Amino acid sequence: MESFELKRSKDSVNSDQSAHWSSFPDEVLERVLSRLKSHRDRSSASLVCKDWYHAERWSRTNVFIGNCYSVSQEIVVRRFSRIRSVTLKGKPRFSDFNLVPENWGANIHAWLVVFAAKYPFLEELRLKRMAINDQSLEFLAVSFPNFKALSLLSCDGFSTNGLAAIATHCKNLTELDIQENDIDDIGGSWLSCFPESFTSLEVLNFANLTSDINFDALEKLVGRCKSMRVLKLNRSVSLEQLQRLLVNAPRLAELGTGSFSQELIVREYEELESALSNCKNMHTLSGLWDAKGIYLPALYPACTHLTFLNLSYAALQSLELAKLLPHRRRLKHLWVLDTVEDKGLEAVGLNCPLLEELRVFPADPFDDEIVHGVTDAGFVAVSFGCPRLHYVLYFCRQMTNAAVATIVQNCPDFTHFRLCIMNPGQPDHLTNEPMDEAFGAVVKTCTKLQRLSVSGRLTDRTFEYIGRYAKNLETLSVAFAGSSDWGMQCVLGGCPKLRKLEIRDCPFGNAALLSGLEKYESMRSLWMSACNVTMNGCRLLAREMPRLNIEVMKEDGSDDSQADKVYVYRSIAGPRRDAPRSVLTL
Amino acid sequence: MSKPIEHDYIGLSEQPFPSMEKSSDANDKKNGLRLKDTELRLGLPGSNSPEREVHDQNVLSLKSFVSGAKRGFADALDGGVKWVFSRGSGGGSEGLFSPRRGGNNNGGNDLSGPDSGLGGPVSKDGDAQNPLVVQEKKCQVASGSSHGNGNTSATASKAQVVGWPPIRSFRKNTMASHPTKNDDDYNAEAKLGSGCLYVKVSMDGAPYLRKVDLKIYGSYKELSTALEKMFSCFTIGQCGSHGVSSRDGLSESLLIDLLHGSEYVLTYEDKDGDWMLVGDVPWVMFTNSCKRLRIMKSTEAIGLAPRAMEKCKNRT
Repeated sequence: MESFELKRSKDSVNSDQSAHWSSFPDEVLERVLSRLKSHRDRSSASLVCKDWYHAERWSRTNVFIGNCYSVSQEIVVRRFSRIRSVTLKGKPRFSDFNLVPENWGANIHAWLVVFAAKYPFLEELRLKRMAINDQSLEFLAVSFPNFKALSLLSCDGFSTNGLAAIATHCKNLTELDIQENDIDDIGGSWLSCFPESFTSLEVLNFANLTSDINFDALEKLVGRCKSMRVLKLNRSVSLEQLQRLLVNAPRLAELGTGSFSQELIVREYEELESALSNCKNMHTLSGLWDAKGIYLPALYPACTHLTFLNLSYAALQSLELAKLLPHRRRLKHLWVLDTVEDKGLEAVGLNCPLLEELRVFPADPFDDEIVHGVTDAGFVAVSFGCPRLHYVLYFCRQMTNAAVATIVQNCPDFTHFRLCIMNPGQPDHLTNEPMDEAFGAVVKTCTKLQRLSVSGRLTDRTFEYIGRYAKNLETLSVAFAGSSDWGMQCVLGGCPKLRKLEIRDCPFGNAALLSGLEKYESMRSLWMSACNVTMNGCRLLAREMPRLNIEVMKEDGSDDSQADKVYVYRSIAGPRRDAPRSVLTL
Repeated sequence: MSKPIEHDYIGLSEQPFPSMEKSSDANDKKNGLRLKDTELRLGLPGSNSPEREVHDQNVLSLKSFVSGAKRGFADALDGGVKWVFSRGSGGGSEGLFSPRRGGNNNGGNDLSGPDSGLGGPVSKDGDAQNPLVVQEKKCQVASGSSHGNGNTSATASKAQVVGWPPIRSFRKNTMASHPTKNDDDYNAEAKLGSGCLYVKVSMDGAPYLRKVDLKIYGSYKELSTALEKMFSCFTIGQCGSHGVSSRDGLSESLLIDLLHGSEYVLTYEDKDGDWMLVGDVPWVMFTNSCKRLRIMKSTEAIGLAPRAMEKCKNRT
């Protein structure tokens, strides 16, 4: 990358460079490269030679920044001048689980200021785990006249007033996607801020909001936005209101219902059924909050082409799911709550031969009185019926090594295997042995594995297996596992494609941390919390690897020498200057 | 359980708690060490710790005093009792539930590694020797692998660990505000979004009515006990005719006699407007269909029973 530093100073020079070995004129090269969508392919192309580097950077319209602190705004705008779409990710993933201090950083505002100057024609902004406040949203709304799409996932710091600003000012908005954020939900009047003349909205997702919305305004909005294809409502929208909306939006491809539990009379039920069945394009269905079994049949005719069904907020019983599924043979993606239990999953195995993704969420994760939920049996049943399964997220209270071995034998194509046995450190419930062999089977059999989350009682052996066999692994999440430094050393010594490693509550210490010295620059980041790492270990790492940012977050009352939470990431921007006092940058 | 008792060095009293009675014979009291107690095999206050027999040493249902924050022994703990385990683990860990780690894994509030057990470290060294700190309201601790088999019973209590299981806040908050216990169909019907179910209760001869929230009771027994307490003042006058006025006040058993004996019956009006005898149908079905309650003189209730029986027969 350093050799390209020189190139940046030639920004203002005409792009017609002379004397290159490539036989393509720049215009052709740019045209060809502009077809490359994957940012990884683009990065590879940019490394071929300096002509390709320039052609690539001038043709790139979409920039993806996986860690907002790995690069500075200045570097980004200098390299890319024609950006229309930005994707930015901020906080470490464990911030979703309250492990990162509130004011850690990842604030979007500085970026917006630079973009307003350099990318005035910015159209899309997609943020994940960033901090964004209402002032920033307002600034965004007024600074970019062509702004079209805003997507906020797992962000925090803003309120519905910010959404009102977007609605008011973004005349060309096509997408407003608000997902799972920490929003200050003041009220639903922001919907009325879309002007009467506004008709361009295609994607509207406000399922995240909890308060009542102005239904009148919503109904009118949906009525005049004829191109709307994605509509995800929040829980405050009733079944009757849903029916009224659907009548105006039969072309919906993705629907997130509101609350699915109103008491309906027969006529209202039939109207709902009819409205749903008119949505011939619907391939994704979600919401279904508080869904009552008796109303689910209203969905049957609507969803013959459904490929993604998200029931993870509907506490369905196994029988209800079993009745719903035979109509959904084309399902590829299914999210459910563990209230469906193993019997429900058996029905999945029987009825969904094309299933590629299954996520089973716990209905009562913190209540141990619940003896239900899903077990190894349910997962095995699905694996027998769904050989194409490649993505799984499974929360359960018991698992066995034998079950996992069977599962991966049935489904060898796993790319994402995220198993969460909810009780930390729980062994195989039949043999009482650690779950090492289970994950050993996963990494040995699933050669395409990219993402792995482990759980249960695990010794270093698990990590020996991972290091040895998981050649394509990019993301590894570890909690309450391992016996010694050796475990982490195995992973850092193996796993050539490792990019993100996040560890909590494991007995890995400085030796393990330092064994990855050479590895961290090829990774996006490392997170270690509640492990055995000390401040001295971190300081040593910082000294040896100056191009890594090492951040330590300490907890109240802990030993001065302990590094409670460590976040290590590569960066060409140097240490950040906006860290709060609770975050030490070494 | 709320009066401060003299504690030995691990904060446990010399006097056996009710839940420890069964184990006290097995305890080694000679040196006051009470190793078994350090395995925290204590049941909940007031229980006879039945889990102990069944689940062996794997259930660590630590009493509320562990938290040191909420109930019971908070006061006693604040007296500076040190909870020191003779573990020989690194550092002088101040106590089991202090935020210090004794040189090992844990941050202040996190559950320790897989092999930790509160009792475990006494008998084995090794990896995680971390104090378990109770996190939130449920101040009970997950079973550790104190004897190598970390089998957790389904009813084993669990410490609330920060950020575990890894579920995003939105989902947590959504599920928390709308609990999804679906043990049986009746339960699903019952939670129609309302948090309480007040019904009027009238008693023949009483000058005014009362209201009760059916949701706060879990069984007929609880309901009848509550009603008895509520209406005791009205039945005092009746005692004389039974020759029990010599008793002090009105005991519960007397009320039971009154209500379930010859004097009164408990009836309710259901959704269809019929008056039924309380107690025939499952509790949850009853709370769903009950519109009001009436404590009826049994002389008037004679015609009621056969009708009630017939209706039940039709239903089942």
